[in-house]
Amino acid sequence: MSTVWVGTRKGLFALRTDARRRTWKLAGPQFLGHIIHHVVQDPRAPRTLLMAAKTGHLGPTVFRSGDRGRTWHEAAQPPAFRKAADGEAARAVERVFWLTAGHAAEPGVWYAGSSPAGLFRSADGGERWEPIAGFNDHPLRAKWVLNGTPDGELVHSILVDPRDPKHLYIGISVGGVFESTDGGADWAPLNEGVAADFLPDPNAPFGHDPHCIAQHPANPDRLYQQNHCGIYRLDRPGRRWERIGAAMPKKIGDIGFPIVLHHADADTAWVLPMDGQTVWPRTSIDGRPAVYRTCDAGRSWQRLDRGLPRARAWFTVLRQAMCADREARTGLYFGTTGGDVWASTNAGDSWRCIARHLPEIYSVSHAA
Amino acid sequence: MSCTVRIASPLHSYTAGASRVEAHGTTLAQVLSDLEQRFPGIRFRMIDEQDRIRPHMRLFINTEAARDLAAPVRGGDTVHVICALSGG
Repeated sequence: MSTVWVGTRKGLFALRTDARRRTWKLAGPQFLGHIIHHVVQDPRAPRTLLMAAKTGHLGPTVFRSGDRGRTWHEAAQPPAFRKAADGEAARAVERVFWLTAGHAAEPGVWYAGSSPAGLFRSADGGERWEPIAGFNDHPLRAKWVLNGTPDGELVHSILVDPRDPKHLYIGISVGGVFESTDGGADWAPLNEGVAADFLPDPNAPFGHDPHCIAQHPANPDRLYQQNHCGIYRLDRPGRRWERIGAAMPKKIGDIGFPIVLHHADADTAWVLPMDGQTVWPRTSIDGRPAVYRTCDAGRSWQRLDRGLPRARAWFTVLRQAMCADREARTGLYFGTTGGDVWASTNAGDSWRCIARHLPEIYSVSHAA
Repeated sequence: MSCTVRIASPLHSYTAGASRVEAHGTTLAQVLSDLEQRFPGIRFRMIDEQDRIRPHMRLFINTEAARDLAAPVRGGDTVHVICALSGG
């Protein structure tokens, strides 16, 4: 039995299947009316899930389940900035946007990213959260996020190096990619080679707009990034991102929100391009959605649209709304802003819709 | 000093469904602190970490809108917790 958790603007849903992945049963909603930004299974304790939620009225919080999502318990101390000193700008978490389980050697550790840009850590399984001062109070933080959007910048893609719990990456949209090698005490930008065609200085060290960053679990030196300005790969210890989206068809371009990696093959990744022309519709290009796959680390891309709508499908797939499972024949799942969930059980070669008419989908995550 | 607090429906999960509870305090801050003791988590959903009333929450003491948590509360007052949201 495996589950695809679907977080929406109006509640939490679950799609459950057996080992054959042929039939899917929709359960829910739980938390009807709540805004669910992210649901993440704990790979160290698979019965545990964390969920970032709020409602239209109420402040942001985190819920925890210890029984695979049957029951949920609210954090006793949700992510929050420290109290501002007199004369200091007073920041409050507007939404908890991203959750990441900590290193395998640190059971109970979780990280959360927020809007406005904030980073938080829990050492007790998500019950009590503390602000990470090394980021939230970094003397350059205000400059890093200076060009943020009026809706508030987002901290997302919190990545923990599986070889070193103190080695972290984050994405700030808008702000850029940042790296810490000391557990979050200090941070430095890591954006060389990434385009930022909306900035006056195209070679600015920060101010970029990463939409989603992924670190390969079997080759943690390899990072992929779907950015507002293209698709990139970075092989550490290198510091210069390579625009692998340059190999995408010109009429499609390389703009999108999510990027998803194969669990074992560091050369295989999937993206879902969207329209980033003129006023940025961010919909499927020409109303014809397609996933693109690379099996050679971005040197070439293959269009995968069998089973997807052939025309007039103007949806968007947000950055948390696409994921992969770890089966031998990779299962891929994405949810649309129109409330449909699409699945492939052959690494994207063909697709079918497994749920329709849900609320606007914010996140799709697989739990084994 | 005891007052009545009327709880809006989005917060009923904290009060076991009660829409009206009693609380103690001489300021709004104290009343909310008393509520938090009895209904853990309820305060942070209404008040942010800078002690500001959240944008989509409204607090009234009897018929007067309270702008901050220093507002005085007297015995017999009714504190209204109201939610304000537009759109779909």
